[in-house]
Amino acid sequence: MFRYIVFIPLFPAIGAFLNGVFGHRFTKNAVHTIAITAIGLSFLFSLYAFFQLIGLPSHERVIEEVVYSWIGTGNFSVNVAFLLDPLSSIMLLVVTGVGFLIHIYSVGYMHHDKAYWRFFTYLNLFVFAMLLLVMGNNFLMMFVGWEGVGLCSYLLIGFWYEDNNNANAGKKAFVVNRVGDFGFILGIFLIFTTFGTITYREVFDKATMMLPYGGTLATAITLLLFVGATGKSAQIPLYVWLPDAMAGPTPVSALIHAATMVTAGVYMIARCNVLYSLAPFSLGVVATVGAVTALFAATMGLLQRDIKKVLAYSTISQLGYMFLGVGVAAYSAGVFHLMTHAFFKALLFLGAGSVIHAMGGEQDIMKMGGLRRHIPRTFLTFFIGTLAIAGTPGLAGFFSKDEILWQAFSSPHGHPVLWLIGAVAAGMTSFYMFRLTFLTFFGTERMDEHTKHHIHESPNSMVIPLMILAILSIVGGYVGVPEALGGSNHFHHFFEPVIRHIGEVKEGHFSHALEYGLMATSVGIAVIGFLISYTFYIKNPQLPEKLKNSMAGLYKLIFNKYYVDEIYEFVFVKGCKGLGTLLWQKFDVLVVDGIVNGAGTVVEFFGKTIRRLQTGYVQNYAVGILLGIVIILGIFIF
Amino acid sequence: MQGLPILSIVTFFPLIGVVLLFMIDKENDRLLKGLTFVVTVIDFLISLYVLFYFDPTTPNMQFTEYHVWLDRLGISYFVGIDGISLFLFLLTTFLMPICIICSWNYIQKNVKEFVIFMLILEVGMLGAFIALDLFLFYVFWELMLIPMYFIIGVWGGQRRIYAAVKFVLYTLFGSVLMLVAILAFYFYAGAKTGEYTFNLLKLYEVVPPMEIQIWLFAAFALSFAIKVPMFPLHTWLPDAHVEAPTPGSVILAGVLLKMGTYGFIRFAMGLFPHAAQASIPLIVTLSLIGIIYGALVAMMQPDVKKLVAYSSVSHLGAVMLGLYSLNIQGVEGGIYQMLNHGLSTGGLFIMIGILYERRHTRLIADFGGLTKVIPVFAAFFMVVTLSSVGLPGLNGFIGEFLIFLGAFKANPAWAAIAATSVILSAAYMLWMFQRVMFGPITKEENKKIKDLSVREISLMVPIVLLFFVMGLFPNYFLNRMHVSVDAFLAKYKSKLTMNIEKTIPEHKLNGGN
Repeated sequence: MFRYIVFIPLFPAIGAFLNGVFGHRFTKNAVHTIAITAIGLSFLFSLYAFFQLIGLPSHERVIEEVVYSWIGTGNFSVNVAFLLDPLSSIMLLVVTGVGFLIHIYSVGYMHHDKAYWRFFTYLNLFVFAMLLLVMGNNFLMMFVGWEGVGLCSYLLIGFWYEDNNNANAGKKAFVVNRVGDFGFILGIFLIFTTFGTITYREVFDKATMMLPYGGTLATAITLLLFVGATGKSAQIPLYVWLPDAMAGPTPVSALIHAATMVTAGVYMIARCNVLYSLAPFSLGVVATVGAVTALFAATMGLLQRDIKKVLAYSTISQLGYMFLGVGVAAYSAGVFHLMTHAFFKALLFLGAGSVIHAMGGEQDIMKMGGLRRHIPRTFLTFFIGTLAIAGTPGLAGFFSKDEILWQAFSSPHGHPVLWLIGAVAAGMTSFYMFRLTFLTFFGTERMDEHTKHHIHESPNSMVIPLMILAILSIVGGYVGVPEALGGSNHFHHFFEPVIRHIGEVKEGHFSHALEYGLMATSVGIAVIGFLISYTFYIKNPQLPEKLKNSMAGLYKLIFNKYYVDEIYEFVFVKGCKGLGTLLWQKFDVLVVDGIVNGAGTVVEFFGKTIRRLQTGYVQNYAVGILLGIVIILGIFIF
Repeated sequence: MQGLPILSIVTFFPLIGVVLLFMIDKENDRLLKGLTFVVTVIDFLISLYVLFYFDPTTPNMQFTEYHVWLDRLGISYFVGIDGISLFLFLLTTFLMPICIICSWNYIQKNVKEFVIFMLILEVGMLGAFIALDLFLFYVFWELMLIPMYFIIGVWGGQRRIYAAVKFVLYTLFGSVLMLVAILAFYFYAGAKTGEYTFNLLKLYEVVPPMEIQIWLFAAFALSFAIKVPMFPLHTWLPDAHVEAPTPGSVILAGVLLKMGTYGFIRFAMGLFPHAAQASIPLIVTLSLIGIIYGALVAMMQPDVKKLVAYSSVSHLGAVMLGLYSLNIQGVEGGIYQMLNHGLSTGGLFIMIGILYERRHTRLIADFGGLTKVIPVFAAFFMVVTLSSVGLPGLNGFIGEFLIFLGAFKANPAWAAIAATSVILSAAYMLWMFQRVMFGPITKEENKKIKDLSVREISLMVPIVLLFFVMGLFPNYFLNRMHVSVDAFLAKYKSKLTMNIEKTIPEHKLNGGN
């Protein structure tokens, strides 16, 4: 018998199978009962697993379970096998816990959809793939989950496939992710040729012995893996698919494109912390890409008008934060932010879904306003989410974000500039999130009369998940209160056994006073963001318009997202298509077939010419024979 | 081995069908197809015997049969199977009944001739995979050509004559060269060893010097490269596929192309390792170009069938890359990918054929939004598409992964170039899928398309099941290849270390035969 952890991914797989094959005959109640039961059981098993781990001494917190040998050829062999340790346990709880709430929310949100069964099939399938990703005990299992979640993302973004925009967005997500996967798979090959295995434990054990600190191999492996991470976790330069991915149903955006799947890259780096710690150059790349993405995406979030697009850019920016964290070798901080972000970003997305639901599908915040009076419970929870993400002291986002900023400054791999970028991005986050809240819930009601008449609060199946997530967004940070604030950082201690320390780096020593100072500064910057937002959208609503007119060029540049999509479209999409057409029309048709058909024509020509010799007259043939004899004799004689 | 000549039974069983078919009235379409179906199913079931009694622990040929045919010329009827040919043999018997079923409505005229050609084709294909005598191999190789020519030329589309002639001329050009090379090698080996024979296993022991090897290899390789088809010898394939009827396309993509890659590993590389080694830069370059070229050109095709044809150029380029990695992962990946390609491309052609039967067009632009009208079709089509783009969990991934891994071991740059196909294949397949299946329905005719019938579902289910089995339990298949592939590689490498200049006395070289 396999140990129970095998069932954690198995339940959603069974759920997906049942709904996928028979779902079209089931009632809606049956469909969501199956799906929710499946993920609910997974969550319970994950909880059990978590407590089992807690009960073990910290260095024994690893459970591995081999199910069967998957691929074996020559010296390459890989198992379908699962690993439970503090890192995967945290991921399990986030994925199944938040996933469970989003499944429940979907019952209300998708209630009117005809393809209800298809939605829950994909959702269960996604959870299954995500669990493979975080529970595998080797790189190939991670890759399988990685591609699997990519597939579900594709299917769910294009869920309403009758609109070509949705189908396009799904395809874009898949193809851009494949660019990342290209790097990931090469990374796996390099790991295999270096270590002769792709099982985590063996690779990491050998890495500390075989790879020199800062060596080329470690750098190459980690950079290739990071290419994969930039794809899946939407970092520069592969972030472009995520804003488009908002075409999917909102619960999908919350689950896949905010709370779980997009954090896979962070998980990957935390999992491979040994390799990254051996490659300081790669860490620098990760931190820089993370910091720049955090800032860059935040600027794009400043001016978006679509409620989900604002949140999408915010997600990219927050993911950048996580990479900044793991990039300065503060793996636990990165994963901590991953967890708190899962709470408040899922909350914000689901809240946005509730708003969209109330507005009858409207997503443009310029056509909203004053909604707090109509949908108070959504407003309250959304506001808590905003406070959490803006880094309000005491809420979940504050602790995790602050730890990352502190590490960016103080870690041996950190740098004050990284801290500064992070702090500025935090200010922008505060600005655009309050802007979003103010434009949506405060001020004048800008919707038309018809819409206004229909505004209604969402059903309980949607509001209760919001409330639970709101509570988590408030208290979720207290598991990781830093020692400077008198906490004991349970999160960090729980996480600790996953990290292997590489001897050569010395920890810097900084006073608590500096930590308080930086903390106060970043909170101050966030407050400034809030105040600007308040001035622009509550006190003086004409101001943004004036500002926009006075800086029209800059506004246009940012509003159009720096034209990155257009540039990519021109260079890569048009480039590939042009090349394909060129090769086909010019090379295949003209050159190769030209030669082939030309050969045919030549043969035909000679055939026709020589045919004239076959006159049928015996005299002519006799002359030919005679001529031949003369020539042959001539050759022999001379 | 066992007394039962199982390989011959499987190979020639379809001829019994041919005899029976001659006795049936040519107007009785149902009976003709039905009988052919039964014959191919029985043949498949018999062929499972080979799978169950196959011994995965020996590198030797199994189920061998040896009968002297033309003693004075050293020609024998010598057949056998090993881990390299086993699954290709089974793939053939597996795909045949599926082809007959998918021709159920598609083939309406000259049904009798059609099914007879199909059965003869099956004999040719099966024989080519088990032949261990060069002469016998050549006979089977040519035997495949003629029925395929007629299948394209008689039951094909608008430009079928052009396509059929192009197919035959291309292939014949190569096979004539191969015949010359077979004879040349026969005489050379005979002169050297004193025994004139076409016996492949004996010929394996003869290692000619480089200047001879290179010409013999070139002739074999050219012949096989056309069949694969390798860039730039591929232009017959899109035409042949577009014009061929669905069952023809399925067989062409599923089995005939593998003759080329199989020929490389069994004959060209097996017999002439030094020349093969020298050809690595050329063949690998062409394979890499083929992988990317096929993908890029596929992307722009307006005709779904042509798109899949060009994607075959890309996939088969990867197979060649795997074989030429010359390590166990690469070679096994290559063989695995031959099977995958047979199944997934065969599946794609069946799906396209189903659409064609309903709409009489294959142009992507004529479709759009079909998922809403035919959801069951859409689900199957999606799975087949995902298999083709190598999604983990399905069969395509295993082959692709092992090929790239093998290539990486041989030379990381090869793998880096080849792996771009994971991006490109997703791009062209999903783009095609989107334009056919997603979006709004723009054409009135598309609103009334019928979803899959029971016959069509039963056609696809075995293929899709195999996708999953091969994706989730590849070891079942790989375990039966290991020993043979190991032996092939060991032999290849040990021959390379031989000093070929000294294996043959100088005077014999100059003295001629």
